[in-house]
Amino acid sequence: MAQGFHIVVCGSLVPDPLQTLEPIQSPTGPALKNEMMLPAVLDPWAAHALYEAANLAKKTGGDSKVWLVSLGPKAKLQQLMMTMAQKAAFELVAIDGSSSGFTDSAEVAQTLAGAIEKIPGLDKSRLLVFGGCSSASRDAGATIQLIGEHLGITDQFLAVDEFTVQNDGSFKILERVEAGQYQVSVCSALPIAIGWATGNLPEPPNNPQIGMVNMRTIMPALQKAQAAKVGAEGVTFASVKLPQQQRQTKIVKDVPVDEIARDIVEWIKS
Amino acid sequence: METILYIAHTESNGSLSKASMETLTAASDLAKKLAGATFVAGLIGENVQSAVNAVSNCGASKFYAVEGADFGSSRYASDVAALEILIRTANATIVLASSTSRFCRAMPGVAYRLKGLIDTHVSGFETGSGKLEIQRWYYRQRMVASMSRTQRPWLLLVDSGIYPAFQAQTGSATLQKIDMKLDESKKKTKVVGLQAPQTTAQTIRPDAALLFVAGAGWTKKQADGQIHIKDAERIILDFLNSSNASLGSSKSLVDQGSEGEEVLPFLSHLNQVGQTGSTPRHPKGLAACCHGEEPHTVGWRFINERRAVNLDPNCGWAQGKADVLYVADAFQVMTKVTELLTKK
Repeated sequence: MAQGFHIVVCGSLVPDPLQTLEPIQSPTGPALKNEMMLPAVLDPWAAHALYEAANLAKKTGGDSKVWLVSLGPKAKLQQLMMTMAQKAAFELVAIDGSSSGFTDSAEVAQTLAGAIEKIPGLDKSRLLVFGGCSSASRDAGATIQLIGEHLGITDQFLAVDEFTVQNDGSFKILERVEAGQYQVSVCSALPIAIGWATGNLPEPPNNPQIGMVNMRTIMPALQKAQAAKVGAEGVTFASVKLPQQQRQTKIVKDVPVDEIARDIVEWIKS
Repeated sequence: METILYIAHTESNGSLSKASMETLTAASDLAKKLAGATFVAGLIGENVQSAVNAVSNCGASKFYAVEGADFGSSRYASDVAALEILIRTANATIVLASSTSRFCRAMPGVAYRLKGLIDTHVSGFETGSGKLEIQRWYYRQRMVASMSRTQRPWLLLVDSGIYPAFQAQTGSATLQKIDMKLDESKKKTKVVGLQAPQTTAQTIRPDAALLFVAGAGWTKKQADGQIHIKDAERIILDFLNSSNASLGSSKSLVDQGSEGEEVLPFLSHLNQVGQTGSTPRHPKGLAACCHGEEPHTVGWRFINERRAVNLDPNCGWAQGKADVLYVADAFQVMTKVTELLTKK
């Protein structure tokens, strides 16, 4: 392909899924206890989007390029990039602001779309905007569509597991729909916005060479990251609390298999 | 005074899905609880009259519709255009729709065009203070918030499995059809059809009474020091067929495929529950060979009755999270369970 894709991946950091989270009330609204201290990872769905973008750019060739547009506290973004830089080739566009799950997707989308508009040389006629269809923080599943609207993209797909460039230049997209099925669509032209589900690619192994190349642009991007005020204006949180989750587990041990099976069958049928 | 608009789309057979009927119950209840609220309904689809007739007893004072071949299938550009005009015509301040894949994709764009705001995965409503408060979960079902907004229109996508389905009584309702022509620029995307994932069996059944979650233990060495993938495959499928359960799996089990290890051929990422999977709602859940604590708790947040079978009585996942933990060999137990289910 002579002309490649311009792929912009939107994604930010979330607390490591294995961390125990506790909500607190801060002067600006709900937040997480010790939020700045919590180990962070790139949101899992955004990470899938990034791996798919890198793979597509590599397969397509030409002058395909991947940008990662990320909104988060600058110091935490820097830590995150130490690992993410080794996973895939991309150019970082950093925005210094809150990555809290309690921010509003509309405000986040506006900020991210503004940053995308400012990317030098971005060609909308070959633009693919990628992101996660969900997130491990707010989980609105709305941000990528809102970004698409800001950018005037009217062909959008959500919960995508497969994106294929067909021989005639059209794009085949598989979206997750109800009952464990895929909706198959064909789109004739770019730009397209895609909220990725998990895709089909495994997490790439760390590649120090890619990491070194990426870091040449990541550190300057972090240094010039613009501060953005992102919150949830007009939202009143009456409460944020942890659910009661402790159950009195009955341990059934040293009991014959037949008896256990009978018990399970009775329970299923009850 | 609020104008509550219930929105639904028809399925390929012209009916409304169970999830849509559940949201209708929520909308109808909300309209009764919010003093002075007006309740109206709107539908999109290829032909919506029979669906409207089926819910004509829901209490809505008006029924709006955008219908035609262009709105029969789920496509972002046409859906957003249809929903926008529907909400504008109804002058809605609060919009309730179910979290179907079609509306999850389209509604955020509609909110943008209406200069409104959207909240998704709504799991409850409160009207005690005289204003609407919604309940939704944050950080993958780890904490629950009650919140309200001042801005209107406020679009709300309601999760399924929370409200009982509305009991339809066939009647007749007068439709106010909104004429809409779709220009070619909105038809760049064509829906080709549906496709099952490339697995050997369809194992996801959202309406099942039981969720069976298979963990990575099924593909590990058993007591004889050997791996028994084929046996695991047969035992799990036999159980699913005899119990009509839906199959979920842990991330580690699904990931094994992409890591080149031997896998259960009927599993795909669509089966995955937990942090990067779904959080399904089923009345009962049975896990076998599952470990790992927090991610599984997240996946099981909305399972009411939970039981587990595994060999470790101190398993972090089961202790305090399941109602009953059977400490036993899952291969033997599930074989016997299937035998009993088939016999009776």
